[in-house]
Amino acid sequence: MTTPRTDAMPTSASPSFHAPGDAARHELLQSVVDVARAIFGAAASSVCLLDEEADELVFQAVSGEGEAFLVGRRFPAGRGIAGWVATSGEPMVVDDLSRNTSFDRSLAESTEYVPDALMAAPLISESRVLGVLEVLDPSPQARSGVRELDLLAMFARQAAAALRVLAPHAAATGGRGLEGERREDALQLLGSLERLLRGTG
Amino acid sequence: MGTVGTGTVPGQGLTWSLRGRGPDDVPVPADEGPPGGLPARQATGRGVRVCVVDSGVELDHPLVGPVESSWVVVKDPESGAVTVEPTDTGDTCGHGTACAGIIRRTAPDCEIHSVRVLGERFSGTGEVLMAGLRWAVEQRFDVVNLSLSTTRARFAPELHGLADRAYFGRTVIVASAHNTPVESYPWRFASVISVGSHQEDDELHLYNPQPPVEFFGPGQNVSVPWLGGRTIRTTGNSFATPYVAGLCARVLSGHPRMTAFQLKNALYLSAANVHADPRPSTAAGDTRDDSEN
Repeated sequence: MTTPRTDAMPTSASPSFHAPGDAARHELLQSVVDVARAIFGAAASSVCLLDEEADELVFQAVSGEGEAFLVGRRFPAGRGIAGWVATSGEPMVVDDLSRNTSFDRSLAESTEYVPDALMAAPLISESRVLGVLEVLDPSPQARSGVRELDLLAMFARQAAAALRVLAPHAAATGGRGLEGERREDALQLLGSLERLLRGTG
Repeated sequence: MGTVGTGTVPGQGLTWSLRGRGPDDVPVPADEGPPGGLPARQATGRGVRVCVVDSGVELDHPLVGPVESSWVVVKDPESGAVTVEPTDTGDTCGHGTACAGIIRRTAPDCEIHSVRVLGERFSGTGEVLMAGLRWAVEQRFDVVNLSLSTTRARFAPELHGLADRAYFGRTVIVASAHNTPVESYPWRFASVISVGSHQEDDELHLYNPQPPVEFFGPGQNVSVPWLGGRTIRTTGNSFATPYVAGLCARVLSGHPRMTAFQLKNALYLSAANVHADPRPSTAAGDTRDDSEN
């Protein structure tokens, strides 16, 4: 079993979901990470959203072992691979990380899992970075290629669009999300994308 | 503003037209060819100053070698003032180190300088990037590697002016195309050398006959230096760009008087997909073979 990790040390943990609308948002984000993990045959996947005021990225959803304790953890928004993705607005794919002792040490202290490969893409809505989608240890067939980079970026874009539909004014800051029909629309959007990407749609 | 109607004293002000002067008044010393018609020596980047505008560069990485100077752009959260200061903080992410390593691998004897524009605060990233690039152009580096772009259109006019200023000042900006099909800058401008990835395993570059991206370099599964003195593999236009920046450094070390447009032509002529084929027949039925020219 694996534990999803980020390449920067978390600075703190805090509850993330309080309002009723947050439950819908969490459902959406959990769907995003579950689908991302399935698409890439990955060990784990996570979504971090940006808290601009605190200048931190916050784990909001995790698929894979560790989701119970990583959600809510924070780390500096400008640091590490996720930080580079958030600030540059560009996706990134790295491999052979486990041979990097520096990377290992920064990770192992808190999560006891060191990925060998990591893919990350920004969640961008209307030119605004909402956060970062990470995929850890994708299957060897689904890493390091330009096509996989494109695929991850496309999926992250779709996820950001769904997030915007669900919570148009506060996608990244925990505002009250939409319920009912619009929430269903957003989830159906993701479901159809998953079927498309799996070639079963 | 330039002078109008009265001519411009050589070396002063803008030159809107050449009045009262002839070719002898505006001599341009060009690079000499190799002596005796012999092949030129291997160009290694020696004497060429390359600036990496990115997340910083790790100091003492064996695959990067010496970093001549390291700078960071800082924005004061209170006053909003943006300054460029010396730093020894290295790299906040690894991305800049990767770019520097590719440049070193391609042009082993070039000077590498770093200005960090990422890794401080998330907010204000666009302004910090602008300030770092502006600073690099003002320092008159020969080559600036920019494996970054901004999607914010409000920065486009200033970036455009800055790119033109670099072009005329013989600072070559080598800029990554965005990895996703979105509008971003400054790679879209003709005054920079824009780079995307190809999927070949070989270290070669290609000219794109359908710009705006003008050149492609190796950007898939590239082995690069990373934090902690180690090496990883990665993918993206970010890593094709420093390969082309390194090529620019090599060409400039052999031909230091080259202008930006000559350099772009050198890349075009040396691209793996550019060949001199017979011209197609003209309307008059005349066919010429460029290979003899």
